[in-house]
Amino acid sequence: MREILSVQELQNKCVDLRKKVVDMICKAGSGHPGGSLSVAEFVTACYWHELDVDPQDPQWPGRDRFVLSKGHVAPAQYAALAMKGFFPEELLDTLRKEGSPLQGHPSMTKCPGIDISTGSLGQGLACAVGMALAAKMDGASYRVYCAVGDGEAQEGEIWEAANTAHKYKLDNLVVFLDHNGLQIDGPCDEVMPNGDLGAKFRAFGFDIYEIDGNDMEQMVAALDLARAVKNGKPKCILGHTVKGKGVSFMENAVGWHGTAPSPAERDQALAELDRQYVK
Amino acid sequence: MSEVVKKATRDGFGEAITELGLADRNIVVIDMDLGKSCKTGQFMKACPDQYFDVGIAEQNGAGLAAGLASCGKIPYVVTYAAFSSMRMLEMIRQEVCYTNLNVRIIGAHGGFTPAYDGASHQAIEDMGILRTIPNMTVVMPSDYVSAKKLVTASAYYEGPLYLRLTRDAIPVLYGEDEEFVIGKAHLVREGGDAAILANGDTVRKAVEAADLLAADGIRTRVLDVHTIKPLDAEAVTKALTEIGKVVTVEDHNIIGGLGSAVCEVAAELGCGKVRRIGVQDRFGESAPYERLLEKNGITAENIARTAKELIGR
Repeated sequence: MREILSVQELQNKCVDLRKKVVDMICKAGSGHPGGSLSVAEFVTACYWHELDVDPQDPQWPGRDRFVLSKGHVAPAQYAALAMKGFFPEELLDTLRKEGSPLQGHPSMTKCPGIDISTGSLGQGLACAVGMALAAKMDGASYRVYCAVGDGEAQEGEIWEAANTAHKYKLDNLVVFLDHNGLQIDGPCDEVMPNGDLGAKFRAFGFDIYEIDGNDMEQMVAALDLARAVKNGKPKCILGHTVKGKGVSFMENAVGWHGTAPSPAERDQALAELDRQYVK
Repeated sequence: MSEVVKKATRDGFGEAITELGLADRNIVVIDMDLGKSCKTGQFMKACPDQYFDVGIAEQNGAGLAAGLASCGKIPYVVTYAAFSSMRMLEMIRQEVCYTNLNVRIIGAHGGFTPAYDGASHQAIEDMGILRTIPNMTVVMPSDYVSAKKLVTASAYYEGPLYLRLTRDAIPVLYGEDEEFVIGKAHLVREGGDAAILANGDTVRKAVEAADLLAADGIRTRVLDVHTIKPLDAEAVTKALTEIGKVVTVEDHNIIGGLGSAVCEVAAELGCGKVRRIGVQDRFGESAPYERLLEKNGITAENIARTAKELIGR
């Protein structure tokens, strides 16, 4: 059951999602707002434009798969899952609390709608490749979407998995590379320069769609194109994004990688986000 | 006397996995450029659509298996034990064990058996390391027959499983009608004076030691403890309480493997004496397999001597 919203509706969903991200991390007292905000357009476009999923039957074998390889941005996916009805929205207030299905990093055995557990970086893409391969084996039509961070792309396993996706012609796999340019210790270019990530993925046999990853119109167009082109090549949407997008004091600020906002900061962030609805 | 039939456990694996693959399209093999050594060639020919070679990229292979398993496949990830246990370790932990998926990790050329390759390829830590990860089952068959049966049993076993194979043709110890159950120790010989608990290629050393002891009138219970996790606590407890003199034997570091597992039971019971025979917490080298065992005291003579010391003879 693919739900397809207009771009404007998606933009507003994305504001809703960002507000939930900020609020739940504030209530949790810890978490990763920066990347959760930069990846928000991709997550929103997936759940309200792209993914064929059933909140009433999260394990439905024919569903599209979503893999958050950069698992620390789980709040973005949790917000989407709650808004879609996979679990009650009140559960978002239990993020990172003892007994909660909303673990600090996604757990497939605890949380409905999580297709694979992630957290330790570099591993999710290989799992996504396995899922896409299973679909090909079975002649099934489900597709696989995987969010990878640019800092995460420093992990060697990402490139092993990219090789495998190319070898097995997995054009049912879409990688979203959240290229926000920052990682924990500072700018990626200082910590460990990635070089031209688009050229790298192209060299690994992927079709590349380079976009402004915080522009919903471009995001939807890239996803549509990735779906339409059945040429035996895996797809990579290289999204230039802003870490902390939508909250002025979090934008492009390394310090907001893994820091929870105080209640006052949350209130300021929510007020800013409220002004971002498109009418 | 009939001639001793020798076959490698890896051949048992190769045959069993092919039968499994032919019977069930969901059985999948993920190779890492070691298919010839790991005996997956037969499977590759018989079930080409269920066979994937990801090249020399073990970490990605473990993740790939997790993704496949999450979609209903039963993947066997196959490479040398040193790599399948350690190169892929954290991927096994997060994507296979934490997720509790039905992925089977095959560790070929376990222990000192890649003898001439030297320490880089000899896995002496694998079983101990993997035993510490929640949800993981750790198995090592001791001959061709038990390898075939335990591999077959692994297919529909619930949860992640590691199964260690070895390189060399070794004596076939068991009849085709003998049963092997994951998690249940296999009684090889009954006796009440001492107990030898062994697994893998060293079970035959345990049997030879039992023969030496029998010549001195000492009756020895020999248990093939092919599964070290979950350990057959009942069989181990009985050996400790009924006999009380237990020698463990393994081609694995004495830290972490079968010996450690048995000692954990003994310490908590506060009952029985245990002596561990195995790799003496040091790396191997390029040498004949039997020499590597000898250098670490993994011989029938040393097992028998140790058992005699325990029972004061």
